[in-house]
Amino acid sequence: MLLFFEQLLNGLQLGVMLFLMSAGLTLVFGIMRVINLAHGSLYMVGAYLAATVSLHSGSFLLGLLAALLASALVGLLMELMVLRRLYQRDHLDQVLATFGLILFFNEGVRMIWGRQPLFMDVPQWLSGTVELIPGAPYPSYRLAIILVGVLVALFLYLLFNHTRLGMRIRAGASNREMIAALGINIKLLNTLVFALGALLAGLAGAMAGPILAVESGMGESILILTFVVIVIGGVGSIRGALVAALLVGTVETLGGYLLPLLLRLFLPLASADGAGASLASMSVYILMAAVLVWRPRGLFPAHD
Amino acid sequence: MRISLLVSALAALCLGGGAMAAAPVKIGMVTTLSTKAGYLGEDIRDGFKLAMDMEKGKLGGVPVDLIVDDDGRKPGKGKQIADRLMQREGVKIMTGIVFSNVAMAVVPKVVREEVIYISPNAGPSQLAGKGCHENYFNVAWQNDNLHEAVGQYATDAGFKNVYMLAPNYPAGKDALAGFKRFYKGGVAGEVYTKLGQSDYAAELAALRAAGPDGVFFFLPGGMGINFIKQYAQAGLNRQIPLMGPAFSFDERLLKAVGDAAVGVVNGSQWSQDLDNEANRTFVAAFREAYGRTPTLYASQGYDAARLIGSALQAVGGDLSDLGAFREALKRADFVSVRGPFRFGSNQHPIQDIYVREVVKLEAGGTTNETRKKVFSEHRDAYAAECAM
Repeated sequence: MLLFFEQLLNGLQLGVMLFLMSAGLTLVFGIMRVINLAHGSLYMVGAYLAATVSLHSGSFLLGLLAALLASALVGLLMELMVLRRLYQRDHLDQVLATFGLILFFNEGVRMIWGRQPLFMDVPQWLSGTVELIPGAPYPSYRLAIILVGVLVALFLYLLFNHTRLGMRIRAGASNREMIAALGINIKLLNTLVFALGALLAGLAGAMAGPILAVESGMGESILILTFVVIVIGGVGSIRGALVAALLVGTVETLGGYLLPLLLRLFLPLASADGAGASLASMSVYILMAAVLVWRPRGLFPAHD
Repeated sequence: MRISLLVSALAALCLGGGAMAAAPVKIGMVTTLSTKAGYLGEDIRDGFKLAMDMEKGKLGGVPVDLIVDDDGRKPGKGKQIADRLMQREGVKIMTGIVFSNVAMAVVPKVVREEVIYISPNAGPSQLAGKGCHENYFNVAWQNDNLHEAVGQYATDAGFKNVYMLAPNYPAGKDALAGFKRFYKGGVAGEVYTKLGQSDYAAELAALRAAGPDGVFFFLPGGMGINFIKQYAQAGLNRQIPLMGPAFSFDERLLKAVGDAAVGVVNGSQWSQDLDNEANRTFVAAFREAYGRTPTLYASQGYDAARLIGSALQAVGGDLSDLGAFREALKRADFVSVRGPFRFGSNQHPIQDIYVREVVKLEAGGTTNETRKKVFSEHRDAYAAECAM
């Protein structure tokens, strides 16, 4: 039972990570109608910058700050130089161009930092464990990730529901022609939204740095789950992204833990573990299929 | 390249068209230089080149020309490169492949076409057993060997209840099978994770709950970095000892893991601190040439080059009689950096295997220290199935 709660916590933490990634992507997808496969590259840029700066300065927070600035800047440039030309094109062109960006970033990172994965450590003040559940010490760094996710969700809620900028972004998501006709600079709005999305991806990357291997191509492994989250949550909806991210995080984590246990009831140990692992990796996609059957436009579609 | 041709042409002139062939012997290297795993091929290539540079572009006194190409970890691409090397370049000696799936696509084909293949890394069981071939030599290990060594270590060290973890793909299953072949204690859990998985929080929670007295894991590349870091962050490294094959603890990965790997026991046929003359020379020369400590992959590339050199010397650089070259290779008449080395009947190594422990360096950083020899003259489990 204790283990179950611990796994729930793990699911929550993965969900938060996915939320940081998908919040930005769903905005870009929903407002600009652009499929940006290179979102994972921004995550990678965040992780690399955080690792490099924190290694040289010895300060994790400085690394985090550098990662945020750099990924927002890279996002800004990406929008101005590449994506801006793609708004009017069809989705296939967008997929091709942004896939090209992935290759560009992966090779670029290898040229700058080399092939060897970078090292990034948990900051000293977060390196301990907290016994939240008796008998199961939980890494405090992972708790910090959950906290950051909650803060970001809160920030986005305030931004979108209580500021003029947020109102415009929402308006842009539901009808971009109309908002342009009302005299709002939709181009600038697009660039801002894109930079915000890039910043969130960079934040996710920087937070992931101490847990994961900081290496070229690290963005792609999380990108697929991010797209699943967006589809489940409903394209363009932050609320949908939050709910779907937590759902996917929980299903992914609990599936990996519960399915092998379940199969062990009626299969021999070795094959139960093998089959359980295979089933667990499918579980998220089964969830997506089920949600789409029930609500073809996702849980909280942004525009009807 | 042009200069070396000129020099060898001049040499041939001076000898008055003597026994030495004027054109250098071409050696084809199909290896993985791009993708995340690119550093493996890089080290194999650098180790191989080091042996050539130490002889000024020769191996065993015979001028050689190394042609390197990147397979991008893709079997299809590896096959294409091999075809081109054979048909357009007329290569008779090939080496370099890092991954078993690429090797399975390339090796059976090239050895049938009378090309000698010397594996500096991949050692799939098929090629050691029923699929063995007189033109195929493995100078590294059979894939199971390093896992077997850790299994034997776990038995010797008295582990009673070990938790095992590997990715859900053929090499992952082979790894656990190899470990269990020599581990005689109980099994606390046997878990297969997704290939390419990055977050192991769920597995770590289940692992803690199972209460094992040791953990064996095989997670190559970035997966291993993630796992080791998260294992330490969960505070498990102070409670349950971790062990695995050398693949997750080479000198370049250790840099990416930091102190989280300290105390981990890993099985390897080579280590940079092995005390023999050939190894001391190799490690010092490698550090000087490339400014980093060599990995086991580099040592395997170096040994592959020196093995080829020994055989080239024996036949005087003349590959027209491939049988004689093969016989010379089989004798393995070179001093390996890992100490005693010879080929078994299936032309796979018979060698000693050690366990090493990751220790902190006083100057900062971590390195491997050899702890003890687990196997003497160990041979692989598939040799009996080989018809040779």
